[in-house]
Amino acid sequence: MLGTLSNDLPALQVVVPLMSAPLCLVLARWPRLVWILCVAASWTSLAISMELLDQVLSYGPISYAMGGWAAPWGIEYRVDSVNAYVILIVTGIASVVLPFAGASVAGEIREDKVAMFYTLLMLCLTGLLGMTITGDAFNVFVFLEISSLSMYGLISMGRDRRALTSAFQYLVMGTIGGTFILVGIGFLYVITGTLNMADIAQRLPEATQLRTLHTAFAFLVVGIGLKLAMFPLHLWLPNAYAYAPSTATALIAATATKVAVYALLRFVFTVIGPVTAYEDLPFGEIAMALATLGLLTGSFVAIFQENVKRILAYSSVAQIGYILLGIGLATALGLQAGILHLFNHALMKGALFMAVGCFFYRVGSVRLDDLRGIGRKMPWTFAAFVIAGLSLIGVPLTVGFISKWYLLQATLQQGYWPLALLILGGSLLAVVYIWRVVEAAWFGSPSVRANDAKEAPLGLLIPTWTLVLANLYFGIHTELTVGVADLAARTLLEAIR
Amino acid sequence: MRFLQLYNYEIAIFLAMVGLYIVVSRGNLVKKIAGLSMFQTSVFILYISMGVVDGGSVPILTEGVTRYSNPLPHVLILTAIVVGVATTAVALSLVIRINEAYGTVEEDEVHQQDESF
Repeated sequence: MLGTLSNDLPALQVVVPLMSAPLCLVLARWPRLVWILCVAASWTSLAISMELLDQVLSYGPISYAMGGWAAPWGIEYRVDSVNAYVILIVTGIASVVLPFAGASVAGEIREDKVAMFYTLLMLCLTGLLGMTITGDAFNVFVFLEISSLSMYGLISMGRDRRALTSAFQYLVMGTIGGTFILVGIGFLYVITGTLNMADIAQRLPEATQLRTLHTAFAFLVVGIGLKLAMFPLHLWLPNAYAYAPSTATALIAATATKVAVYALLRFVFTVIGPVTAYEDLPFGEIAMALATLGLLTGSFVAIFQENVKRILAYSSVAQIGYILLGIGLATALGLQAGILHLFNHALMKGALFMAVGCFFYRVGSVRLDDLRGIGRKMPWTFAAFVIAGLSLIGVPLTVGFISKWYLLQATLQQGYWPLALLILGGSLLAVVYIWRVVEAAWFGSPSVRANDAKEAPLGLLIPTWTLVLANLYFGIHTELTVGVADLAARTLLEAIR
Repeated sequence: MRFLQLYNYEIAIFLAMVGLYIVVSRGNLVKKIAGLSMFQTSVFILYISMGVVDGGSVPILTEGVTRYSNPLPHVLILTAIVVGVATTAVALSLVIRINEAYGTVEEDEVHQQDESF
């Protein structure tokens, strides 16, 4: 039994969360049971993803024919070092966020809506995992829409009524992005007559309709750019993160943009090929320019926000800039830094948003004014926030330092020292906005709301601290993350030859 | 003449542009959704046009016919239509809740209320 199951791991990776979604609705009358089911599903997904990564590292890429239909005709699930790594990020974050959800959701969502919330959470996870694992271009679009539609629902469940308008705003922009991706995939199909990514990649070099190819590439980059909040297309992100329920924010902020970055990497490097992207078309220059702009404006705007979740959301725009900068460099080291930062940014943003979720649980607000003096009332949560904040800034011994270090090396290797200075400048701006929160929370005189607050319950603290400790652990023991990121970068670049 | 032969592509582009323009220019949220649906529909037409094979017949197995149109884009677009319907449904239900929370579906009035809030 186990023997045959282990052959179907790539399918199970998607099927486990997918099946648990309707089960949540069946069990809707017992919210506690729904929660346990979701935690179990997310931990199973994590176990599957670890096993997949292990198999990929020891035996090379896995190809799985969905329903037994062989590759170019049927849908292929293809796991290599790049997406095994991204799947590990997504499931890892999910399996920490879901235990956190237990108390946090009970405090924020009306009881009759709790089961719905978990259903959407599991569907979102299904979409993100499917997008990552599939080797079929059209399948990417389908899973992207599954994750997006459930995200709109998740965001709209926030307590503030502005959650509704931000969900609507995200829906409009996300649908335009998704449709752009659909057009891009359609053009690729016109050129090659196939939808399998590996097959498209094989047939594209013979393609003669270069203008169609370039148009397809432009549509894909803009569409995915909307999803990953590339600088001028990031407008949906701050409100969506700020008004969504804490659990949803922690999951979405730590995983959704990462999966979109993965889709970008896949299309640029594996499907279309870096020669078209970087030599025929100025993708590298555009990515680097937008990355730098995003890095600076995101950090600057973050400084002037009054809502802690919005500070962190704008900082996400800046951090996406770091990742894009690595991708724009297109060297092995740059890509490695970008991919490494995918993992590390997921860890620190997950930890930060969960700490903010703890504050929200006790205070009922995340405005800087309401959080004055909260640090002394909730020392453990505050300490978690500070450590994760230091990681965001990039202090040694945290994961933030590791990825910035690699990114600095990558820019200096190319001789782009002004970019290196900008990266350091971005870190200094991060010091400012994290300090604003620390100053208010520790040195401010307690606000009315903070005065009555007490330490967050263990059900929230333990998951938060798990991620905070992961921030420290992977900042010291870098073998796994750096090694796999290096392998992933080389896998992507090998596709050229 | 070539311009006329490609008329379905031109219609697709026209619909896409009109749809996007409505999304950007209209303040009424329901009209925005209508524009968004139009934009999505244009892509359906684009895909269906791709499936045409010169001189091809309807892709149903018939005796004496050797050239068929490509049915795959049609099947793909069935999926995309489902996605489109789901998106519109989610969007409309969001509008209903926005209307309940703000008492209006005009974008500028919603923003005005939030600023004083």
